[in-house]
Amino acid sequence: MARLIAARLAQMAVLLALLSFAAYMLIGLMPGDPVDLAIMADPRLTAADAARLRALHGLDQPLLARYGAWALAVLHGEFGFSRLYARPAAAVLWPALGSTLVLLAASLSLAILVGVGLGALAALRPRLAPFVEALALLGQAVPTFWLGMLLIILFAVDLGWLPAGGEADAPGLLAALRFLALPVATLAIANLAAYARHSAAALETALREPWIRSARARGASEEQVLWRHAAPNAAVPVLTIAALDAGALVSGALVTETVFARPGMGKLIYDAVMGNDYNLALLALLLTAAVTVLSGLAADLAQRALDPRLRDA
Amino acid sequence: MPAAEPVAAAPRRWYRWRMRRRSTLLLAGTLPLSLARPLARPALAQPAARDTLTIGITQFPSTFHPNIEAMVAKSYVLGFCHRPLTAYDADWKLVPMSCEALPTLENGLAVREEAPGGKPGLRLTYRLREGLRWGDGTPVSSADLRFAWEAGRDSATGFGGAEFYRSAHALDVVDARTVTLHLDKVTFDFASMGDFVPLPAHIERARWEADRHGYRSRSAYETETANPGLWNGPFRVAEVQPGAGVTLERNPEWRGPEPAFRRIRIRTVENTAALEAQLLAGQVDMVAGELGLPLDQTLALQRRTGERFRFAFRSGLAYEHIDCNLDTPILADRRVRQALLHAADRARINERLFGGKQTIAQTSVNPLDGVFDEGVRRYPYDPARAAALLEEAGWRPGPDGLRRNAAGETLSLSLMTTAGNRTREAVQQVLQGMWRQVGVETRIRNEPPRVFFSETMSKRRFAGLAQYAWLSAPEGVPRSTLHSDEIPRAERNWSGQNYTGFRNAEMDALLEALPIELDRDRRTALWHRLQAIYAEELPALPLWFYADAHIWPQWLEGVRPTGHLNLSTLWAEQWRGR
Repeated sequence: MARLIAARLAQMAVLLALLSFAAYMLIGLMPGDPVDLAIMADPRLTAADAARLRALHGLDQPLLARYGAWALAVLHGEFGFSRLYARPAAAVLWPALGSTLVLLAASLSLAILVGVGLGALAALRPRLAPFVEALALLGQAVPTFWLGMLLIILFAVDLGWLPAGGEADAPGLLAALRFLALPVATLAIANLAAYARHSAAALETALREPWIRSARARGASEEQVLWRHAAPNAAVPVLTIAALDAGALVSGALVTETVFARPGMGKLIYDAVMGNDYNLALLALLLTAAVTVLSGLAADLAQRALDPRLRDA
Repeated sequence: MPAAEPVAAAPRRWYRWRMRRRSTLLLAGTLPLSLARPLARPALAQPAARDTLTIGITQFPSTFHPNIEAMVAKSYVLGFCHRPLTAYDADWKLVPMSCEALPTLENGLAVREEAPGGKPGLRLTYRLREGLRWGDGTPVSSADLRFAWEAGRDSATGFGGAEFYRSAHALDVVDARTVTLHLDKVTFDFASMGDFVPLPAHIERARWEADRHGYRSRSAYETETANPGLWNGPFRVAEVQPGAGVTLERNPEWRGPEPAFRRIRIRTVENTAALEAQLLAGQVDMVAGELGLPLDQTLALQRRTGERFRFAFRSGLAYEHIDCNLDTPILADRRVRQALLHAADRARINERLFGGKQTIAQTSVNPLDGVFDEGVRRYPYDPARAAALLEEAGWRPGPDGLRRNAAGETLSLSLMTTAGNRTREAVQQVLQGMWRQVGVETRIRNEPPRVFFSETMSKRRFAGLAQYAWLSAPEGVPRSTLHSDEIPRAERNWSGQNYTGFRNAEMDALLEALPIELDRDRRTALWHRLQAIYAEELPALPLWFYADAHIWPQWLEGVRPTGHLNLSTLWAEQWRGR
């Protein structure tokens, strides 16, 4: 187990180094640099101003040299300043990451809970399986932004029960939950389909296995059969999906964050890349990659905990 | 505009109008759905206690420092909190803000003098208003103006435009409230101080002197934005939520008329469909026209919501036009450009797409501007005249209806704009159809704004027509877009905004004469000649001046949209709740 963790962490370090290089080069090769963007917003800037500002920000240096300087600073724990927010990149990132992780944790938990519940229902009550399947298909087919707008129109505009977006102005759990409800529901509905379908399939497969027959033959109740014998085996693919979703959602909740005007990692990465904010974009991308790798590692560990056969693999 | 930029003061320049119409990108498809809904009822509105006003805008300021980077969102927020020396008001007149009077030659506060090098120069005297204080109680003083000037003069500081500071070669402190500024040129708008604003020396000077290169990121405006000592307006920044919003609170040290609201919340909702939803849900009270919903979306909202909100449409200085690359052989012929404008039914487009709210442009000068020439040549919709002009230019209809010249070449032009801007894309399609009717083929080739502006336009890589907008100031001299010195070239590091490649000796002379002509009547005559040349030559096809769509609650009064870069928030103390 320790070897696995060490290997994965080493893998992650190499991945992050390669990713930082690729991302830096790609952003650097995009049309226009930060000074070009400043000129677009303020054409009063003259050619002399542009040259002065480029020299001031080190943009007159070759891309490779700039990357080297950035990497060296990062190794010393200096992540630089965000151009877009005029404050340390890390200071901008942490609140966004916190907001995304809250959204992610709540929506994934809800998606897994409801999705696995529906999957179990489909597996145990085959007559209901077509309905669950239809529901899952519907959830998967509805575009997130459309679903988000529907929920806003219904619950915020028409009924007035919940806020249409943003974050709570006042402190307090209840206020925070009210602002979280619609984005969490949107993300959860979009994701629960996969959990319902995979858990149903995994449970159906598990329930046909010989050890289930043995368990029944030993007199285990259906409840025991389901939760003690079938569910742990069926949980392995669900965990894999959850790990993949966690990584993807850290940076991929852009649409939900945009619809609900929630500052988060997806929107931050989008704005940073489009705004040529190297420091912020790189830090956010690296963090996203790290979260993806770490969630994969967590899934591996959980699978090993659930399935003893994997421990020796 | 670079070296030869004639005007020192900021508002007289042209700005690319890029950021503010960046609207629905991801949710374009959802808007019709929301529009299809019947009138929604207010949900979370707070009708009782109106000590707080919540405003929705679509952009977040990337900095709060008054002198670093120009952007509309920053101007909007700072309008509440930071008073400039001078500003243009809602009637497009220059007025003193934190100074007592505007310097003029007549009142003796402006005096001609010889600048270094023997150039004609000016000595301007500004006296700060009595009682003007920073939010921590420190009086706003000459030391603050002196510090702002010193910091701007030092290239290491990294303020954006340095032209003003190059021109303002000396600043003398006369007394605690009076300074004398020496300019090395004489321009008609000398009294306008634009972006030159007092900075709190008691907070900022030490930071600047400790590390001038790092000042941009170490300034208290970035590190302690909620420090009351940074703000001298009726409000001060109380809290910043990066990317999400800014909360302002009443500045207890403000000595002007007391603002009606104790707190102003400015929420950033970049997606306009989401912003509309928040407005309908009562989460925001108003949507700022300067950074709000597109006109078409606002008109639809107005139709659905009836009397629930107050809507105001204010024509502004955002000039939508189509640049013609005059180095393209087809467009080098003036008759083709005139034919294109005659064949474009701008009034119908305005009526159908914008409810008639835009102001049709005749040239780059807004009809609301005092120097506008009522007698300027106009191009009414006249397809017959367009066809005649094209015939005259040697383009005759071919068997497929498209015109060809003697060499058999088709009259075909590329038409570009910023991809993802639904309004522009709709206009493009209508124009394409209208021009097809007179035998002109247009090929739409749009690009993301970043590529369009950073590469295609700034390096003149467009082969035909390019549609976008400029934002200018009242009586803004369009030197950067029309002077032949301003044609972007590699050897000039692609500076300048004369993307059309327009070269006209008389226009160059006018652009040089205009800024230094102090006599109003003589200047107006120059302006009229400039407009006549523009309308005749049509380096760009004028479309319209955008109207900002302001949405206010019925109970809010006193907001006066300006239509230019000195935004309505500069007079926020006059806003009242009923």
